[in-house]
Amino acid sequence: MTWAPLFLSLQIATIAMLISVVLGTALSVLLAWKRLPLPDLFSALVSAPLVLPPTVLGYYLLVSLGPHSLIGRAWHAVFGADIAFSFTGAVIAATVGSLPLVIGAVRVGLDAVEPNLIAAARTLGASPVRVLATVTLPLAAPGIVAGAMLGFARALGDYGMTQMLASVQFDGLFGIKNTSPASIFVYDELAALREGTARSMALATTVLGIVLLFIANRLTRRLGRG
Amino acid sequence: MAELVAELAIARGELVVEAELRCPPGITCVMGPSGSGKSTILAALAGLAVPERGRIAVGDAIWFDRSRGIDVPVHERSLAYVFQGLALFPHMTAMHNVMYGMRHVVTVDRPAKARALLDQLGVGHLADRKPRTFSGGEAQRVALARALGRAPKLVLLDEPFSALDRELRAQLCGLVRELAGQLGVPIVHVTHSVAEARQLADRVIRIAKGKVVAAGAPADVLAGPIELE
Repeated sequence: MTWAPLFLSLQIATIAMLISVVLGTALSVLLAWKRLPLPDLFSALVSAPLVLPPTVLGYYLLVSLGPHSLIGRAWHAVFGADIAFSFTGAVIAATVGSLPLVIGAVRVGLDAVEPNLIAAARTLGASPVRVLATVTLPLAAPGIVAGAMLGFARALGDYGMTQMLASVQFDGLFGIKNTSPASIFVYDELAALREGTARSMALATTVLGIVLLFIANRLTRRLGRG
Repeated sequence: MAELVAELAIARGELVVEAELRCPPGITCVMGPSGSGKSTILAALAGLAVPERGRIAVGDAIWFDRSRGIDVPVHERSLAYVFQGLALFPHMTAMHNVMYGMRHVVTVDRPAKARALLDQLGVGHLADRKPRTFSGGEAQRVALARALGRAPKLVLLDEPFSALDRELRAQLCGLVRELAGQLGVPIVHVTHSVAEARQLADRVIRIAKGKVVAAGAPADVLAGPIELE
């Protein structure tokens, strides 16, 4: 039995988590600074993946990023490859699912920073960017780490959107060739009546997910203690 | 010697603060009941709240002038603000807290200067410790050291000793008096305590419902019984 699907899923989840954390933290800060137009509408839009069926989201992604879409054609012209049914497509699907969870956790982290600490930094001569880098983000770190943890877990466990946008075998990074993510692999193996490999992959994914969440939980608690 | 001259009109909820302040170098105690607008005045002086009308100047430097569209950002006002809760950065050591406001000092000189300030305030032994391990009095001293590290032209103290016992408060009042002599800048000290004002102030301003009701030497403003609540 090959463990390539598990490694592929880990690669997709890790990259999706990193993108979600950077993008989610930036958007959360802009929301906190009231620099985004129509913040309520924006919040509703980024939270939509939490309430919409994954197949509906997958459909939107397929329509907007597929080979016949404007973005899909532009991507192909620049990189000579398609977004849909590729590693890139799987990462985008996982990122869309992770982003609302990351934003939610980061916003809780930012809200927990005492306003007086930010005011104190400003009165000590720190520019808004320096306040953000040296006071706000370090103190919001437990929220950011919790967001990363949730985002990773969500990305690792994604099935619906990945099924719509990346339900074929494709190449990953570091020599992972021609395989599908673990969630798709488990379904395909069951459908092919190979229950043994499906069970092994399901168990490995479960153990890995729980171990990573356990480590992230401990890290979050340690950061929270300062 | 630079003097703080401010005329402010600022609304905070139901309260409208309209005050004229003149604070020469030395300690000016601003007194008044809770909700009278003392902290609002400090926030406006610091630039943390924007007055609807008015002008704030320290010596020749104009920090705010509504009619001329001047509003110097908080981080460009050369001031030090000791908050009621002290607001020491919990993720930094005492040393890093003090160095935070020392952007005007060459990087390599900052640790020695911060250490000297902590030593001067009697808390040099806390240099490598984080605020959660400080006692109330130690935290006050570190907060004062951090404020002084900024080399400010104006110092704002928002009831910094309110949570301390009488003995510690008396010690720190003595320390602030000593520092005021060394700094030679206006220090605006908000307090509820008449005893503290008598011990500290060169000048007293009494506020009630957002307006200045008395200003002058402590002997004049604090003569007779004072009702602050």
